[in-house]
Amino acid sequence: MPEIRNYTLNFGPQHPAAHGVLRLVLELDGEVIERADPHIGLLHRATEKLAETKPFNQSVPYMDRLDYVSMMCNEHAYVMAIERLLKIEPPIRAQYIRVMFDEITRILNHLLWIGAHALDIGAMTVFLYAFREREDLMDCYEAVSGARLHAAYYRPGGVYRDLPDRMPQYQESQWHNKKDVERFNRNRQSSLLDFIEDFTKRFPSYVDEYETLLTDNRIWKQRTVNVGVVSPERALQLGFSGPMIRGSGIEWDLRKKQPYEVYDKVDFDIPVGVNGDCYDRYLVRIEEMRQSNCIIKQCVDWLRANPGTVMIDDYKVAPPPREVMKSDMEALIHHFKLFSEGYCVPEGEVYAAVEHPKGEFGIYLISDGANKPYRLKIRAPGFAHLSAMDEMTRGHMIADVVAIIGTQDIVFGEVDR
Amino acid sequence: MNAITNYIKSLFLWELMKGLSLTGRYLFKSKITVQYPEEKTPLSNRFRGLHALRRYPNGEERCIACKLCEAVCPALAITIESAPRENDGTRRTSRYEIDLLKCIFCGFCEESCPVDSIVESRTFEYHGEQRGDLLMTKEKLLAQGDKVEQELAADRAYDARYR
Repeated sequence: MPEIRNYTLNFGPQHPAAHGVLRLVLELDGEVIERADPHIGLLHRATEKLAETKPFNQSVPYMDRLDYVSMMCNEHAYVMAIERLLKIEPPIRAQYIRVMFDEITRILNHLLWIGAHALDIGAMTVFLYAFREREDLMDCYEAVSGARLHAAYYRPGGVYRDLPDRMPQYQESQWHNKKDVERFNRNRQSSLLDFIEDFTKRFPSYVDEYETLLTDNRIWKQRTVNVGVVSPERALQLGFSGPMIRGSGIEWDLRKKQPYEVYDKVDFDIPVGVNGDCYDRYLVRIEEMRQSNCIIKQCVDWLRANPGTVMIDDYKVAPPPREVMKSDMEALIHHFKLFSEGYCVPEGEVYAAVEHPKGEFGIYLISDGANKPYRLKIRAPGFAHLSAMDEMTRGHMIADVVAIIGTQDIVFGEVDR
Repeated sequence: MNAITNYIKSLFLWELMKGLSLTGRYLFKSKITVQYPEEKTPLSNRFRGLHALRRYPNGEERCIACKLCEAVCPALAITIESAPRENDGTRRTSRYEIDLLKCIFCGFCEESCPVDSIVESRTFEYHGEQRGDLLMTKEKLLAQGDKVEQELAADRAYDARYR
């Protein structure tokens, strides 16, 4: 009898459904997966080591580049770790701004996820609609920080600048007459907060649209129901977090369980799944978008009613305002010290975790009292999820691998760091 | 009853038709597409694009070679050498270079500059055809600053109260 050998297939690293640079070595029996072996490291940029060579402040923009679809949440974990070591607390307005932008980031991330996931499985339109909404949210990012993706907006001690009170507007052109431009600019007439509020009013109906296209769709269900089932026990053992563990029915959310910033003051629910398959995780993320929308709305109301400072008034940590810096000698000295040497953080170690759109994103920071971290460890949720790839795909068809990569919401910036 | 409705809905592809009608409605809605090179989406006045070195209104360059931007740059993209200027002996940069291939556009240089000299302008469309083209020398930076000075000044003036 001839020896039957399994067929080994290299999936990626240049496969559009591999979501970046995942190289997956698949051992196949016909079309059924016997073993899946993810190879990572193709996007390794040594962020942890890089942070050890720079003053604390200067690593903030590198945190954006870890999970490059949920930028501000990465920054949040990092600045929170520094703040805990320094034992400082940002002003309440900065905390609300952070919560608001964390939730905007969550929607940004889930929109990209739903678009890419649906595109992988064969639904094209959702991608286009999701990116239309992402455009609005990235305009919020741009209005507040000046960059559409890599914001570098959160700082230890608060956020860099307060929310602007006007939005940039479209101009007339040969393609769009006055009436069109008025339609484009309708929600850009006043401040950023009004723009965001207008978005929160529109957004639920957009989510309804995605659901119309997907939730009952028989093709979508055939591709996701009972694919990649993870039992609650296994989800815990595998170190899942975020929508992955909630899809399996465990109600675990750091925003509720270990509230940071002002999450204990806003009202929201945690959606959980029942079966722990791709479809349940899809439903969980859809509901998370609605809940995030609700949190943003509450933050907008609070922020509108409570103007104030967004950065702590401690020149040892936060640079003085420019006006003061230019007229006051001492402030200028602080300014120079902060931007050249940075600040020394007291000796100690701290673990700060945030509920990142993908799960628990943590920064473990050890300081030896210098102006640079002694060691920085990044706990990336995607890494734990990717390690379960073998278990989740085993016994499924090749096409289901794509659905499972999609449902894990892998981004290689954070897995490889 | 429920089973019958479900059966009929399933038979006539009800959920697919609903999706199709949604996309169909969008076919006739007014579009949001922007014809990119001819028209552009609006840019925030905080936008961080191509770098520029600014001058004072009297034409004197602002930079005093304090090298704070060089120190704060996380990507080590800025190189500065300083020397007294020949005609009046003031401290100026004899070399000011930003390597755009290293730059991560974090805006820290602008934040750190005590004289508002190095700024990030709204220009985001630029390219290089040769190796050296994306190395912004002092001349290129000053030229960029002169080109968009009005916009830079207006943006900085508007944003001053937030910073």
